[in-house]
Amino acid sequence: MIEVRNLTKVFTSGFLKKTRIVAVDNVSFKLYDKAPTILTLAGESGSGKTTIAKLILGFIKPTKGEVLYKGKNIWKMSNAEWKEYRKNVQAVFQDPYSSFNPLKKIDDVLWTPIKKFKITQSKDEALELINKSLEAVGLRPNEVLGKYPHELSGGQRQRLMLARAFLIKPSLIVADEPVSMIDASLRANILNLMLDLKRKLGVSFIYITHDLSTAHYVSDQIIILYRGSIMEMGAADKVIYSPKHPYTKILIESIPVPDPSRRWRKKIVIPETRLEQIKSSGCKFYNRCPVKTAKCITPPPLIKIEENHWVACHRYS
Amino acid sequence: MYFIFFVIIILLKVFKADFLIFLEAGGIKGLPHDDTLLYVQELKAYYKTPNGLVKAVDNVSFTVRRNEIFGIAGESGCGKSTLAMAILRLLKPPGFINGGKVLFKGKNLLKLSPKELREIRWKSLSYIPQSSMNALNPVLRIKDQFIDMFKEHGIKKEEKEYEEMIKELLINVGLAPEVMNMYPHELSGGMRQRTIIAMAIALRPELIIADEPTTALDVVIQRGIIQLLSEIRRKYNIAIILITHDMAVHAELADRIGIMYAGKIVEIGSTYEIFKKPLHPYTDALINSIPILGVKKTLKGIKGLPPDLKNPPPGCRFHPRCPMAMEICKLQEPPLISINNRKVACFLYR
Repeated sequence: MIEVRNLTKVFTSGFLKKTRIVAVDNVSFKLYDKAPTILTLAGESGSGKTTIAKLILGFIKPTKGEVLYKGKNIWKMSNAEWKEYRKNVQAVFQDPYSSFNPLKKIDDVLWTPIKKFKITQSKDEALELINKSLEAVGLRPNEVLGKYPHELSGGQRQRLMLARAFLIKPSLIVADEPVSMIDASLRANILNLMLDLKRKLGVSFIYITHDLSTAHYVSDQIIILYRGSIMEMGAADKVIYSPKHPYTKILIESIPVPDPSRRWRKKIVIPETRLEQIKSSGCKFYNRCPVKTAKCITPPPLIKIEENHWVACHRYS
Repeated sequence: MYFIFFVIIILLKVFKADFLIFLEAGGIKGLPHDDTLLYVQELKAYYKTPNGLVKAVDNVSFTVRRNEIFGIAGESGCGKSTLAMAILRLLKPPGFINGGKVLFKGKNLLKLSPKELREIRWKSLSYIPQSSMNALNPVLRIKDQFIDMFKEHGIKKEEKEYEEMIKELLINVGLAPEVMNMYPHELSGGMRQRTIIAMAIALRPELIIADEPTTALDVVIQRGIIQLLSEIRRKYNIAIILITHDMAVHAELADRIGIMYAGKIVEIGSTYEIFKKPLHPYTDALINSIPILGVKKTLKGIKGLPPDLKNPPPGCRFHPRCPMAMEICKLQEPPLISINNRKVACFLYR
């Protein structure tokens, strides 16, 4: 459905654009439309995961590479195709507050797409659809309709964004940290809602998160990003249960387990590096890697090590 | 001989759960304890708003013992940060303390004069704030921020001696000594957090209140900070009140945990008991809503939303969301009662 090919985004700043920050560096992956899939882009801050989301949604133009939807480059689409793309690919953002117009009522968020994409024939039908989609995400219509965004809680706003996505019935939802600002008890509900949308309506997701526990809970595929490059990619169970890249291993070992009988036994020390210390050539993880060798000063290619499992590390080449 | 030894080890492994509870229980017996460091008694901290009084901390009581990590868990808006501010007397208007006592080594912090309070802060009681990113002065070098704090507490020394002290502190929290000559903006988030921890332990306090010390850090950096907190507790015999919404961090660090819901403490128990045998339905629901990496189970969320503290529901504040709610829960507020060295506020355990 979506294919990302050699995607690169460089941000420049300063006089004569001297400061270059490579946010996304030669990233390629595919999301098939054979079966609805939840694909996770996981990484720490600065890994480029949000930039990839923005590139897929067409908010920013890639420096190099392309985003293909059903084989077509999204930047070379006709107006009609672009409109179709915007209908089929919806976004849910990290901070649901900034995605609403504070001066307009909640109803507006739901009416706009109905009008714009001409989803329903009559007003009654539209109202019914609005009620149905609000109920689908666990909101009571009489509790939210007619209110302003600031009158809702963070969790309610987040669900409202999902309700809006539900109403348009897209084939793909790009969700950027949709649960990071939500408490555990509500977070579980939203994650279950994502799974429901996938199973019952066949919606695929690109789920962007820093949290591997929730990623493993919902996803079929996981991509581990570090400083703009893919470190490891594959079936969620393979990446989580048998991680191959040293970075993935450290990441998984660093996640505290909510179980006091499984406390950490040993201490691990991983050097911290600041952005400017990253060398542009070679493996991105070089500075922090506990098992680096002389080979690692050249960039490792992404190698397929088994069915549906790729890793970018010289130890497997 | 070896065989018997072997059997004992196997038995210990099998009964580890109960064995651990047995150990925990041994330390609790009969409160208030001799080694009580902090005793918070019926503390009330409210906010005045145009729409009414928000009872963010309502009748909260608990004790913290010497050298223990006491976790305070709960979701956003449950009053855990207000509780920290009230104990430290840093609550700013419209917030105010509406009664209760905070006994620190027997002295009521709420009755101290500003001068007495200043002497206690940093020296016996220090604080790691929620947004430690902003807690450092951006125009002062790290070294000067330490020196200011030393001077404030009457430690007068030569520049060289100060530098020696700072160097040792920085090394103890895993930072390079050169950090002292840097400005806060030159440090990464994790390094700033370590600097704050170095300042918090500089004057060898007996209690540190840490408010979300690991939130907003990347997981790998977070692990470093969790390890560091555990180390300084052991090394300097410090007690820590660890406030975080992240139950996994509590599981890793805390000795005992108090669970807060809508301004009240609903349960207090050892970390092991809280996770393995929760008593309060809210604690149980909270534990069951967190995913464990590598364990595939269906998560159960909690239906409904946390109450509006301006107008909390009558009776037990959790009853509208509680799967076990009874008639009495809507009418009366459950008191915090003791059951086998644990505490719970729920009518299921009358």
